[in-house]
Amino acid sequence: MHPQRLTPKERLQLSRQVMPAQDAAQRRANFAEVNLGLPETLALIEADRCLQCKNPRCMLGCPVNVNIPRFLELLSQGRLPEAARSLLHDNALPAITGRVCPQEIQCECECIRAKKGESVAVGHLERFVADWARAHPEAVPVLTAPPSGRRVAIVGSGPAGLTAAGELARNGHDVTVYEALHRPGGVLVYGIPEFRLPKQIVDQEIDRLRQAGVKIECNVVIGRTYTVPELRARFDAVFIANGAGLPAFMNIPGENLKGVYTANEYLTRVNLMAAFAPDADTPVLRPRCAVIVGGGNVAMDAARTARRLGAERVVIAYRRTKAEMPARVEEVHHAEEEGIDFELLCAPLEILGTDRKWVRGLRCVRMQLGEPDASGRRRPVPIPDSEFVIECDMVVSALGTRANPLLTATCRDLKLNERGNIEVDENGLTSMPGVFAGGDIVRGAATVILAMGDGKRAAIAIERYLLETKA
Amino acid sequence: MHLITAKTRLSPNVTRLDVQAPRIAEIRRAGQFVIVRRGEGAERIPLTIADSDPAAGTITLVIQAVGKSTRDLVALEPGEAIRDIAGPLGHPTELITAGRALCIGGGVGTAVVHPIAQALARAGVNVTSIVGGRSREWVILEAELRRCGDVVVCTDDGSYGRKGFVTEAATDYLKSGRCDIVYAVGPVPMMRAVANLTRPLGVRTIVSLNPLMVDGTGMCGGCRVSVDGKALFACVDGPEFDGHRVDFDLLAERQTTYREFEQAAAARPDHDCRIGLGQR
Ligand SMILES: Cc1cc2nc3c(=O)[nH]c(=O)nc-3n(C[C@H](O)[C@H](O)[C@H](O)COP(=O)(O)OP(=O)(O)OC[C@H]3O[C@@H](n4cnc5c(N)ncnc54)[C@H](O)[C@@H]3O)c2cc1C
Ligand code: FES
Repeated sequence: MHPQRLTPKERLQLSRQVMPAQDAAQRRANFAEVNLGLPETLALIEADRCLQCKNPRCMLGCPVNVNIPRFLELLSQGRLPEAARSLLHDNALPAITGRVCPQEIQCECECIRAKKGESVAVGHLERFVADWARAHPEAVPVLTAPPSGRRVAIVGSGPAGLTAAGELARNGHDVTVYEALHRPGGVLVYGIPEFRLPKQIVDQEIDRLRQAGVKIECNVVIGRTYTVPELRARFDAVFIANGAGLPAFMNIPGENLKGVYTANEYLTRVNLMAAFAPDADTPVLRPRCAVIVGGGNVAMDAARTARRLGAERVVIAYRRTKAEMPARVEEVHHAEEEGIDFELLCAPLEILGTDRKWVRGLRCVRMQLGEPDASGRRRPVPIPDSEFVIECDMVVSALGTRANPLLTATCRDLKLNERGNIEVDENGLTSMPGVFAGGDIVRGAATVILAMGDGKRAAIAIERYLLETKA
Repeated sequence: MHLITAKTRLSPNVTRLDVQAPRIAEIRRAGQFVIVRRGEGAERIPLTIADSDPAAGTITLVIQAVGKSTRDLVALEPGEAIRDIAGPLGHPTELITAGRALCIGGGVGTAVVHPIAQALARAGVNVTSIVGGRSREWVILEAELRRCGDVVVCTDDGSYGRKGFVTEAATDYLKSGRCDIVYAVGPVPMMRAVANLTRPLGVRTIVSLNPLMVDGTGMCGGCRVSVDGKALFACVDGPEFDGHRVDFDLLAERQTTYREFEQAAAARPDHDCRIGLGQR
């Protein structure tokens, strides 16, 4: 128990606690998690930094409005079971979001303390409380309601699908999740690497859902094994959360050379198929020099993976400057610490190959920032006569993903927007009665927390729909 | 878990497995494939659905043991199980409903051609099949194909049927009369040779491509092939394409991406495989 409550002045005097991390030189060669987690003493001090604002702006910055001051207050008082219950009530997967949310543009950027110094480390504390809850499952029992007799199908087991499944099962509905791959978790298991999000955490969350009665059927590809109309006929409602799994290409010459990967393929081989192990059945190329094209989380993950697989030089090539990079700041920082080189204001023109059709280099052009474009960001424009070649034997394109048409092409009644994303109303309802959608398939490649928010919103709407359609 | 109900050896390194997968058995159509993962830690590999028995709830897989993953699969015995099977994937074959069709199968590709010939014959199409193998013992599914129409067997060494390549028999067939469509499945050089043969004749030619795959759902892009200069994904846009538009050189190159890796795996002590034709 914490001895006594601090005055606001005392709180203001505390400075932000630093997340302990694996040493950069050591972690370059392993896949173990980089951040080690705050020890309890530091977590309690950090929680005391929260000023318990009357109008907590951090909550507004959170896409799912987690009651941050409440769980921080409970934490600062050492009341961990209550802190855990409070957090889990608002956010079903805090051990995951605590690790992968872009806190610096959400809760932490709204934190009043960020105005004059450093924000409360909300993400690190979320992780701390969530990890405590994982270690003490008895403190946060899985809640279930009596069976409702209603059946809901969920397509995709990423954060959107898992969140909706949890909410619906909690209300007693019979929930079946269909997943195309052999393992549930979506991007959390095939995209985001172990060193950032240990797979054991995802597995544990999935076990909790199973305990709550959720059925998960892997190897079922909706659009092939069953169609959405077939699901609709067998279930009272359907939630589509199949993500944005269609890789974008650079559309430059040489993209079919051996040694060119999409980030999806590269990361799937290493993460889902465990190709990092030397005797794994699934192979992955181990280059001397890898160039990763892109500036988001995916690019950082691919670069840091290549580093861990033994590449001597890893380069991130990005068209704009570091300030415009969409990746989480912590990932950029960790990548720099791990010795990843950044070629900024650099756009790829052509991948060069050997006569045996292996990658030997990437021809690029130097960019400068011009007028702002539609997104408000200054548009990069090429500088004449500034071409140069980065010698390398692997190129990974990490340019984002779009909606995969596999499912939607077999369900013509689903209204799509011009980019192939499913159109929904403010409740996540699609153009088909009883069929809801959320996550990346609606938003395009977005974030874990937004996908979860969609899952929660759809679960509420499905709940209402089930009541309305009760026989 | 998918129980293996029967196992037959078709040629020295080609094995047929009948496996329980009721939903896939019920809805699969000619030309479609499944992604199979034998067990924990195993690779995901694409395999054509060679046949199915909806009543028994089984599908037939015909597997050529060329690498570790396929070798491990064919080591399974009836009563054992395959952990993961996803499908049916890919587009069904574009079938004609009348006229004359030539089906050409090279090596294990014959197992891909067989369901096509079956579907054509059922629709009332006049089917001739040409199947090739190194020598007599490497020719597979001849009896099954005979149920669909005429069969010409070719062996490289002349130990059975015609001596020579399937393309020579195909040339003779194409000279002998009308042909509305050709289906050719086998190693890349064979499919390329058939496409080159039919192109000047203007005979539509469908080939089934076998690039490396991971997910089989269009997510990774690893299976990309070039058709008419456009990058398409064999797993979702194919696996069958117009043979006159496919860049076979690129396909052959990309198939060798992990050759060194495979050689390293082959050098491990448990290895006993014989390098065969292209894996499928
Ligand atoms: C490498 C990488 C790093 C990222 N890092 C971050 C990060 O740090 N922070 C962050 O907030 N976000 C990050 N993101 C984005 C985030 O992961 C996604 O926005 C989020 O996972 C989307 O959730 P979802 O539930 O909509 O879909 P997904 O997680 O994509 O899950 C969809 C699931 O549906 C399955 N599926 C697809 N089609 C079918 C079908 N036809 N039938 C059945 N199942 C199907 C897929 O196999 C998959 O399992 C990252 C993404 C990637 C790729
Ligand atoms: S196998 Fe991954 S996209 Fe085809």
